[in-house]
Amino acid sequence: MKIPRTPWLLVVAAGFWAAVQLLRLVGFNDYYLFIANLSLVYVILAVSLNLINGIIGQFSLGHMGFAAVGAYVSGSITTLIFKLSPNVAAHYPGFVLALVAGGVAAALVGVAIGFPTLRLKGDYLAIVTLGFGEIIRTVFNNIDAVGGPRGLLGIPKFSTFTVILAFALITVAVIRNIAESAHGRNMIAIRENELAADLVGIDTTGYKVKAFALGAFFAGIGGGLYAHLLQIAHPTQFGFIYSVQVLIMVYAGGVGSLTGSVLAAFALTILTQLLKSGLSSLKSLTGLPIGGDWYMVLYALLLILIMLYRTEGLMGTREAKLMVIPEEDDK
Amino acid sequence: MGSIFNLQQVVNGLQLGSIYALIALGYTMVYGIVRLINFAHGDFYMIGAYTAYGAFFLFNAVLGGSGLPMAAVALVLAMLASGLVALLTNRLAYRPLRYKPKLSSLITAIGVSMLIEYLFSALPFIGPSFRAFPEILPSVPIKLGQNATISTHALIDIGVAAVLMIGLTILVRHTTLGKAMRAVSQDKDAAKLMGIDVEKVIAWTFMIGGAFAGAAGLLAGMTYPRIFPFMGILPGLKAFIAAVLGGIGNIPGAVLGAYIMGVAETFATAYNSLLGEGIAFAILIVVLLVRPRGILGEKHADKI
Repeated sequence: MKIPRTPWLLVVAAGFWAAVQLLRLVGFNDYYLFIANLSLVYVILAVSLNLINGIIGQFSLGHMGFAAVGAYVSGSITTLIFKLSPNVAAHYPGFVLALVAGGVAAALVGVAIGFPTLRLKGDYLAIVTLGFGEIIRTVFNNIDAVGGPRGLLGIPKFSTFTVILAFALITVAVIRNIAESAHGRNMIAIRENELAADLVGIDTTGYKVKAFALGAFFAGIGGGLYAHLLQIAHPTQFGFIYSVQVLIMVYAGGVGSLTGSVLAAFALTILTQLLKSGLSSLKSLTGLPIGGDWYMVLYALLLILIMLYRTEGLMGTREAKLMVIPEEDDK
Repeated sequence: MGSIFNLQQVVNGLQLGSIYALIALGYTMVYGIVRLINFAHGDFYMIGAYTAYGAFFLFNAVLGGSGLPMAAVALVLAMLASGLVALLTNRLAYRPLRYKPKLSSLITAIGVSMLIEYLFSALPFIGPSFRAFPEILPSVPIKLGQNATISTHALIDIGVAAVLMIGLTILVRHTTLGKAMRAVSQDKDAAKLMGIDVEKVIAWTFMIGGAFAGAAGLLAGMTYPRIFPFMGILPGLKAFIAAVLGGIGNIPGAVLGAYIMGVAETFATAYNSLLGEGIAFAILIVVLLVRPRGILGEKHADKI
């Protein structure tokens, strides 16, 4: 899992930023920019879920619940600031603080949920996290101060390409560095064999709660960026099905591979948009009863096929290497 | 005693519990045999409701069927359709993954569940919107003491569930297939060595479980007459939790858990609707922390 040190990540991000800026000059329209932004938000969500599901191996199905906490908390803060003085440019520091506040709130929820539930394993944990994700959503659906079932409207559009890219970069860098540290090795040990990890003295519950909290923190940031991109936080945006979408990204990319999650987040976000518009135009061209709503059917099929024929995903647990370092022989 | 703790709520709870029990039985049988939480099980319930809906329209329009014979035909068709879909699901999606890591099967099950739900909501003749379930049998309230009534629907729900459960008990205890099912759930490899066709037993288990969920779908359609492609998700989860509460893999446990769940949910909802939605998960967490093997489950240690 070794990848060359930090500069490469920065180079790739800078290259992507420059490429998009250049493309903007030659007709890269707002729709394409929106897809790029959405992909980056999904990068944050998928990579943070990969920390929980892939690196420490705890199967969580409620990731969007944490994103919802981040979205509602940061959205409420910025909406308030925006109402007080509607000068967008002056609010960016406040926006970043609001995002972090949303992330911290999500992390606190993650810890609160993690303590009782992380003793559970495998499929039980999946059901409980699913349940909590839905409960968080139901709670927001019932709080009238944040719009209830109407959703939190009028969130300022603060999520620009540069901001989202910066946060995606931070997310990937932090989680990759953790994965490669001694803590990360302990987490991988827990994934591979929890009993053995416990026996060699690794604090398994402590690590699980920490990983859960950190994953929830970044999910909260991702949710905040998402809300400030779409300018709305609505309970239906954070349903179970969206948690599954992020899960598909993690598994399609290769559970345990951060590179895989990044690639899959881009590929599947673009694929979703292509399928939606492609199927709709197919319907209008041929009159076949196959509309844009079929894309979820194809999505589900994709998940089943990945599991049946390539369980380890696109990348397995490998990471992309930009520089091949010859392995030294052990002597 | 507050006004919400009354006989009427107990009746409503038992009625809901009967539907949960039929779903929970499939969960617990499948889990007992292949150790898989079949996420798609709630969708078999949905398929049962839609099959009954379709059957009613077909037979009522063509043959003018109605009343009790119509309900019986709808019940048989719903059970058949759900059972066949369950059989097909097992053959196509779960069987190839039988000896792979457990999590792959679980994720596949989520995929199957999504596939069925979105396929139903994308199909032009079904669609994503709510449909009103036709009134196959009229609901007549029968007085129970001073301030409670029991509807004929509730009697049908409880009665059908009881008959099916008795049938299942006979099947599991007194037939060769039942004996094979018990053997496979105890030790798959030993059962294979004794000459039991394990895959065949698993297929039968899926089919019976699916058929029970289909029956629950018809009953739910009649009782709460509003159906839609995603109707199976929540009852499926709650029935699973009921199965865990009773001790997963244990057939009487699933029934017990389902009735406890039904009554608990009815009371909680009467108190506060948000609590009603959350009570199932609260029960799950308490059970898993306090008594993970469930009320009637047997104790077993993790092998090292």
